[in-house]
Amino acid sequence: MAFLDKHQVLERNITLLTIFAFLVVSIGGIVQIAPLFWLENTIEDVEGMRPYTPLELVGRDIYVREGCYVCHSQMIRPMRDEVERYGHYSLAAESQYDHPFQWGSKRTGPDLARVGGRYSDEWHLDHLRDPQSVVPESVMPKYGFLEDRLIEPRHIADRLRADAMVGVPYSEAMIENAAADFRAQADPDSDYDGLLERYGDTVGVRNFDRQPGISEADALIAYLQMLGTLVDFSTFTPVASR
Amino acid sequence: MARQPRQERQEPETTGHEWDGIREYNNPLPRWWLWVFYATIVWAIWYSIAYPAWPLIEGATTGYKGWSTRENVAKAIAEAEAANAAINERPASAELTAIADDPELQAYATSAGAAVFKTWCAQCHGSGAAGAKGYPNLLDNDWLWGGTMEDIHTTVTHGIRSEDDPDARYSEMPAFGDILEDEEIAQVANYVMTLSGGTPPDAEAVAAGEEVFLDNCAVCHMDDGSGDIFQGAPALNDAIWLYGGDYATIVETVTDSRFGVMPPWQTRLSEAEIRAVTVYVHQLGGGE
Repeated sequence: MAFLDKHQVLERNITLLTIFAFLVVSIGGIVQIAPLFWLENTIEDVEGMRPYTPLELVGRDIYVREGCYVCHSQMIRPMRDEVERYGHYSLAAESQYDHPFQWGSKRTGPDLARVGGRYSDEWHLDHLRDPQSVVPESVMPKYGFLEDRLIEPRHIADRLRADAMVGVPYSEAMIENAAADFRAQADPDSDYDGLLERYGDTVGVRNFDRQPGISEADALIAYLQMLGTLVDFSTFTPVASR
Repeated sequence: MARQPRQERQEPETTGHEWDGIREYNNPLPRWWLWVFYATIVWAIWYSIAYPAWPLIEGATTGYKGWSTRENVAKAIAEAEAANAAINERPASAELTAIADDPELQAYATSAGAAVFKTWCAQCHGSGAAGAKGYPNLLDNDWLWGGTMEDIHTTVTHGIRSEDDPDARYSEMPAFGDILEDEEIAQVANYVMTLSGGTPPDAEAVAAGEEVFLDNCAVCHMDDGSGDIFQGAPALNDAIWLYGGDYATIVETVTDSRFGVMPPWQTRLSEAEIRAVTVYVHQLGGGE
């Protein structure tokens, strides 16, 4: 074929070969990379989503540090059996402020995407101390040490700023008041109006571990108790075609 | 027949490339392989038109088949609900007390309720409903908030002391550590142990403890310690304890109080599921 014979021209000219090889590889690169610039349009606008409060964010860091994701996923797949067991399937928007996301595919324990509000704070505390005391068949290790480790919010403003840099909409006011908000959420006797004003009424303000001081258990339970609770599915219906 | 001499075999076509006397044959690809290759190209083009494939500036192509995970799951759920509609409609509409009178309905509700219980309730109340420290045993006939069908139904629907439901059952025992002296707490703990026939560590404190009990505790727990299900105040005159009936635990309970929380289930379960689990819990043995 005459057209294929022209290939010899490329094969015998190193400059031309470089240019055309580069063009071909560029097509592959563009096809893979360009859609990422419009990634935002794959995430639907969902009412109720807000960034994590400082206490929840620290709880989330503890969740990641302890490797909870090794056994627990945080994504309810859009299948009937999943929805019946765990609740409404997860939306992309529900993990839009996660860095990194905790979707996972390993379920030694149950999915935790909608664990918020499913158990009482006291249950979480009992369960972290000794999982087998409430679920005898569980193989989860004990995390009782979390309630003995108190946290001082020294680096919390920087922690929020780091998330803001990668696109989480933390306002200047949120970053400035990070340490105060951190303390307020774990103390129902504090003045937490500012916290609710900044993050909305869905923030749970309680002494999560019912002990003085803010421990890692406080932060982790605050995080667990808000998981999957932000979107109100009695008023929000996801677009069916997505 | 003479053997064909080697030299006469036709020489295959070469590409014309030659390196150190080694030439490259230009044999055609096997025909079957070539057609499979063409078929995959055609299939890929069809697939990218039929199914969601190409990202665009605003969204992505949806594909002419209109395939959607969300529609599929909505359809699967709707189908399951339609298949169960007839059988779920009766327990959801019948009078709660009438369910027990209808053996067929009772059998259905009990087995459906057992499935609901194992998914949503067993984590606290145990897979056999025997409870744990702080989580009530549902097998006995000792009820904090009442054991009739209606009572159980209300508890499951709205929960107990939950912030998530304004209709949740609510009561709060004061932390008597802030109200009573340590000595009075010790006295009343000794007295409470005698109510259920226990042996208190300090028998001499019992009389003073009764005084403290009548002044502070009897309002909710009643003079004889029989409790009050309208306020969720547990009976103290039986040997059934939620947190423990030994002296140290009673002192802890009186000092710091307890605040057991049960989530409301009306946001997660349908009315038919709540009724089914109500019937299941009611027939476990302790239903009133």
